[in-house]
Amino acid sequence: MSAQTAQWQDVAPLLQVRELSKFYAPGKGCGDIDFDLYPGEVLGIVGESGSGKSTLLNVLSARLAPDAGQVIYQSEQFGELDLYACDEAQRRVLMRSEWGIVHQHARDGLRMNVSAGANIGERLMAVGERHYGNIRERAQAWLEAVEIDSSRIDDRPSQFSGGMQQRLQIARNLVTHPQLIFMDEPTGGLDVSVQAKLLDMLRGLVAELGLSVIIVTHDLAVARLLAHRLMVMRRGQVVESGLTDQVLDDPQHPYTQLLVSSILQN
Amino acid sequence: MSEVATGYNFAYLDEQSKRMIRRALLKAVAIPGFQVPFGGREMPLPHGWGTGGMQVTASVIGQQDTLKVIDQGADDTTNAVSIRRFFARTAGVATTEETAAADLIQTRHRIPETPLRNGQILIYQVPTPEPLRFIEPRDSETIKMHALREYGAMQVKLYEDVARFGHIATSYDYPVMVNRRYMMSPSPIPKFDNPKMDRMPALQLFGAGFEKRIYAVPPYTQVTSLDFDDHPFEVQSWEESCAICAAQDSFLDEVITDDAGSRMFVCSDTDYCRQRVAQQEANP
Amino acid sequence: MYVAVKGGEQAIDNAHALMRKQRRGDTKLAELTVAQIQAQLPLAVDRVMNEGSVYDPELAALALKQASGDAVEAIFLLRAYRTTLPRFGYSEALDTEAMQIERRISGTFKELPGGQILGATYDYTHRLLDFALLAEGEAAQAAREPASSEPLEPCPRVLELLNQEGLIERSRNEGEQDQTPRDLTREPVTYPAERTVRLQNLVRGDEGFLLALSYASMRGYGDSHPFAGELRTGRVSVALVPEELGFAVEIGDMLLTECEMVNQFHGSATEPPQFTRGYGVALGRSERKAMSVALVERALRADELGEMVAYPTQDQEFVLSHTDCVSANGFVSHLKLPHYVDFQSELEMIRRLRREQQTSTQQTDAEQNDV
Repeated sequence: MSAQTAQWQDVAPLLQVRELSKFYAPGKGCGDIDFDLYPGEVLGIVGESGSGKSTLLNVLSARLAPDAGQVIYQSEQFGELDLYACDEAQRRVLMRSEWGIVHQHARDGLRMNVSAGANIGERLMAVGERHYGNIRERAQAWLEAVEIDSSRIDDRPSQFSGGMQQRLQIARNLVTHPQLIFMDEPTGGLDVSVQAKLLDMLRGLVAELGLSVIIVTHDLAVARLLAHRLMVMRRGQVVESGLTDQVLDDPQHPYTQLLVSSILQN
Repeated sequence: MSEVATGYNFAYLDEQSKRMIRRALLKAVAIPGFQVPFGGREMPLPHGWGTGGMQVTASVIGQQDTLKVIDQGADDTTNAVSIRRFFARTAGVATTEETAAADLIQTRHRIPETPLRNGQILIYQVPTPEPLRFIEPRDSETIKMHALREYGAMQVKLYEDVARFGHIATSYDYPVMVNRRYMMSPSPIPKFDNPKMDRMPALQLFGAGFEKRIYAVPPYTQVTSLDFDDHPFEVQSWEESCAICAAQDSFLDEVITDDAGSRMFVCSDTDYCRQRVAQQEANP
Repeated sequence: MYVAVKGGEQAIDNAHALMRKQRRGDTKLAELTVAQIQAQLPLAVDRVMNEGSVYDPELAALALKQASGDAVEAIFLLRAYRTTLPRFGYSEALDTEAMQIERRISGTFKELPGGQILGATYDYTHRLLDFALLAEGEAAQAAREPASSEPLEPCPRVLELLNQEGLIERSRNEGEQDQTPRDLTREPVTYPAERTVRLQNLVRGDEGFLLALSYASMRGYGDSHPFAGELRTGRVSVALVPEELGFAVEIGDMLLTECEMVNQFHGSATEPPQFTRGYGVALGRSERKAMSVALVERALRADELGEMVAYPTQDQEFVLSHTDCVSANGFVSHLKLPHYVDFQSELEMIRRLRREQQTSTQQTDAEQNDV
């Protein structure tokens, strides 16, 4: 892991977050957030519900304007971009090309009333693909990549199991080869065995495609499996951050210690 | 014909309102296919019955103009009659049923079969101007989608059709791209009429009254119907021909002729049908 | 030989004649006069004025008569007339604090400066059909003239009392000037719409729709915990500054109902917890309308107050684009217009799809039989 960390330091960060804050009410939201995310890095944001981690994810992924601070993103198309100072048009282009967003509830990230093929094909069509045969071929390939039988291409997501819906959501995001993925509790609400399969697949895809990921989870087991680095949040503040193993095996902050021990007790 | 109404301005609307609408029309012509918001006035007809088209007609009509009004292609349907009477009463203009003789044609749901010429104006009544409405209900969002040409979601609908039926199954209000920039609703005309919009010599104006939007296609502008490269746009065709004039190239209405459900097909464009019959009688 | 149906002109004329006959009803009964409607159905007249957006009880009564009592049709008539009226100018903002009050109640304070005045209300009547009215015996129970009360004390607005303590948001910030509202009958609404435009829209909005929305917002579909801070009805004078004079001249007065709702607000990052306001006003004695406007108005402020927008009642575009009864009625009723061409297109498409499906099923069956 340390060799990889060293390697990250040599390139420019993909995302630079500076003094970011967003509060709905005192104690509700997140504040004083500072970090860098490097290409190929998986950052886990952990904490209990209400700790502000989902608010933070929304602010990072350009879906919720912060009260203060900056998010600077190194875009393939636009170069260095200050997300909340740039044109909304650019943010929206990022959303459908360089970024992916995987929601906790698949129905928030999928079009439930159109087929799996159309769900995957939408981003291709959004970036100008107009050949039905090609769209279908790519959709089929991606279904297979996420281990869904390609004969289900014309089925609607509502006919899929929870785990399949989540995998479809991932395929829908990855079809345009994004470089940064935001995930909000991607395994929440799934059975343990289904979770394991999904995590395994995610880990494979992340490594294979060299994706950078920011993943929000309250499940430390998920964080340990996927994340290189962790940020622990409590009441809107980051109380501890570091390499995943370090944070989980040798927690410094009392709150992290409590989190880790409660996992052990379960 | 009813007498000309007194106590109202020429063509009902006051001149300031007309000027405001003409400004919106000029902008619409300058940005083909773009929906221009305008201060739509309340009209003495209900919304959805052609108030948008009427406001546009009222704003561009002159005393010398001859007006034709059609609904479903026909001059004699009740709503066409009602609107034609309205302008006969409030503007005292000449009216006609003959497509070629009209300077202005206000229409609901059809484009006449007789090709229009440069100098004529075709005014469409539009209920829902936003082609993306049933994909995205919010104006604040659709405005951005148009500005950024985010039209992928509409293509998703076409994809679904092809995946389910093997071809695109939208039969009317079939969305078009105008001048390769803006996606536009052609109003609920059958897709049969879509090709007539492409590079039409006449000026096409669209008015949506209660949505308060005006848009336009200037003469000779490219209008293409959405499709896939490998599933190109195609129009309806009939095995039958018109039972009155034997036309094979016009849009046919189905008429149920008895309780047993017997059917026959006749031209929806009554003027076209009449012209053809007159011609056949003249040259038997 | 088939002949296409003609005669739309004749049909329309006949329909209008029939409608006039139906409206008149039994000619053995005396014809209702506009003056009677104006005097004896004042609440119906008020609703037509509100949604018709014209303060003219006589014309509203005429519209009701012409529309056979159909409120929505009457509102439409008044609107269509309104659109042709020239604008002489815009009045000064009405000072409702100086209202000559005939009714004033508060659900928040028992005792308040100026007092509570119940006035005329159906609120505490038992809803029992009064058969004396059937026997045309209203005269028999002619109302006792209420004992004339002493000259009214000035009635400061109830919410201003909270304002003194800083417990409620200010209706306008220090030094903030009155804004001249945009006229939504002259300019199209764009979203997000500012508060003045939202209020205009709501005041013209369909009473039933707004009532249902406010009901929903109180039942959990909206984060609303309202109190009726104050409801007042009375006459307010209207002043205009004629260009040639340069100073305000009183040109008349109008009967208004005004409602201020008080709502909880949990506070935001910058604001401490406090009460917020929802404001409603309506022409005539239209309490239900004024209250509904105030409740919906408050729900629509969710976004600017930093509250979560989770329900249709809080969604500007949803609410404001569907309040207008003239538009709603027009669009729903336009389904009565011919849609022959669209339907023909759909018919052709359905037949084609069914044919295709049948062919493919037959093929599959044939293939299976081959095996």
